[in-house]
Amino acid sequence: MEIDVAWISRNLGQIGERTWQHLILTVVPLTIGFAISLVLAIWAMRRPRVYGPITAVTGIVYTIPSLAAFAFLVPIFGFSLLTAFIPLTTYTLLILFRNNVDGLRSVPAEVIEAAEGMGYTRRERLLRVELPLAIPLMIAGLRLATVTTIGLATVASILGSAYGGLGQFITEGLSQFFPTKYLLGAVLSVLLAFLADYLFVTLERRATPWIEAARTVRP
Amino acid sequence: MNEVISWFSDPASWQGTAGIPARLYEHIWIAIVSVATATIVALPLGLVIGHTGRGANLAINLANIGRAVPSYAILVMVLPVSLALAPTLGYDPSLGLTFIPTFTAMVLLAIPPILVGTYAGLRAVDRDLIEAARGMGLRETQILRSIEIPLSTPVIIGGFRTAVLNVIATATIGAVVAFGGLGRFILDGRTKGIAGTGELLGGAILVAALAISVDLALAGLQRYAGARSARATAAPIHAPA
Repeated sequence: MEIDVAWISRNLGQIGERTWQHLILTVVPLTIGFAISLVLAIWAMRRPRVYGPITAVTGIVYTIPSLAAFAFLVPIFGFSLLTAFIPLTTYTLLILFRNNVDGLRSVPAEVIEAAEGMGYTRRERLLRVELPLAIPLMIAGLRLATVTTIGLATVASILGSAYGGLGQFITEGLSQFFPTKYLLGAVLSVLLAFLADYLFVTLERRATPWIEAARTVRP
Repeated sequence: MNEVISWFSDPASWQGTAGIPARLYEHIWIAIVSVATATIVALPLGLVIGHTGRGANLAINLANIGRAVPSYAILVMVLPVSLALAPTLGYDPSLGLTFIPTFTAMVLLAIPPILVGTYAGLRAVDRDLIEAARGMGLRETQILRSIEIPLSTPVIIGGFRTAVLNVIATATIGAVVAFGGLGRFILDGRTKGIAGTGELLGGAILVAALAISVDLALAGLQRYAGARSARATAAPIHAPA
């Protein structure tokens, strides 16, 4: 089994285009998902009773295998970007919501009291005190959500799409029995995921100079 | 909606090697085999790493790699290897095309959660308990068996939950490399276009139902195990201050 290097050098443009598509398929759902989950997290902090139901709903969506989720939407939205974006966004919600809540909860009560004592309004407290202190844990959530989304985005194009990203190389390569193509898609998506993970690890370390290596590991 | 109902009510959908029961069986079977294999590898390793505390870096790094790598990518990266090894190891090349890549990818994706769950569960056990047990003269294996494992069972089951979820999802994607399972319905329905809408949605519903029900069952098991371990350690350990 040989790799057709000539094919790779001929198609660098297409490779770049698919990589860019993959980035869009990752960044857009993450941004929207983060915004939604942040709002939900703030709501859950104010009204603790909604934490359970939100976790349950986002959890159920998260349990559904991605191929099935995309399949559900194909009859409705066809092969448009929406079919990919909607599941990709909702899959980020569980991870981001949980980590955002953990982040907000990690703010020590004394700090909040001190802010109240200094006369901060609730909004100022949120923006100036709670959110900044919650950032380390929120970055941890973004890290997991990003690599998960990169992986899910590879599946997005299995059912067919014009905007397939690197997964399209994989699917096309498989149906064309062309190992160079599908291996390229696979390797590039793995590299992209590792790169994103590394970036977020660095970000995590910069954001928490005071936290020792007593990391908890979540299965 | 109508198409789904007519697909489910069509008796032909339920018969033969491409019928719903057959595909369901394929899906569950490969899931069980994969998780069992992963458990044999990851559980003992996790117990050793968790009990001794050494090799923690291995566990954490493996967890990060396992979470980051796209399952679809692993699936197709195994494909040329399993095809090439067919003549050497003497198995039917068609297995190297369908079952082996899917199985390998599923095992590789199931190992990190089980390993990390076991490790994290053991690490979370109160060190005082273990010291007390050592002071009482218990041997290391006894400590592992009678204290650490019972107390960490909920977290270990949590690791299993993640592993099983990964495995069910990857088995669905396995249909792309011509493996059977419930993913087959989704892909075949897609190929048939409008006529296959019922099959497409029906397959998706079956996959989602399988994943959700298994996850709920494991969640219940986790809670039951949590209640039991909480009762087991209900005796007061610390003297009143």
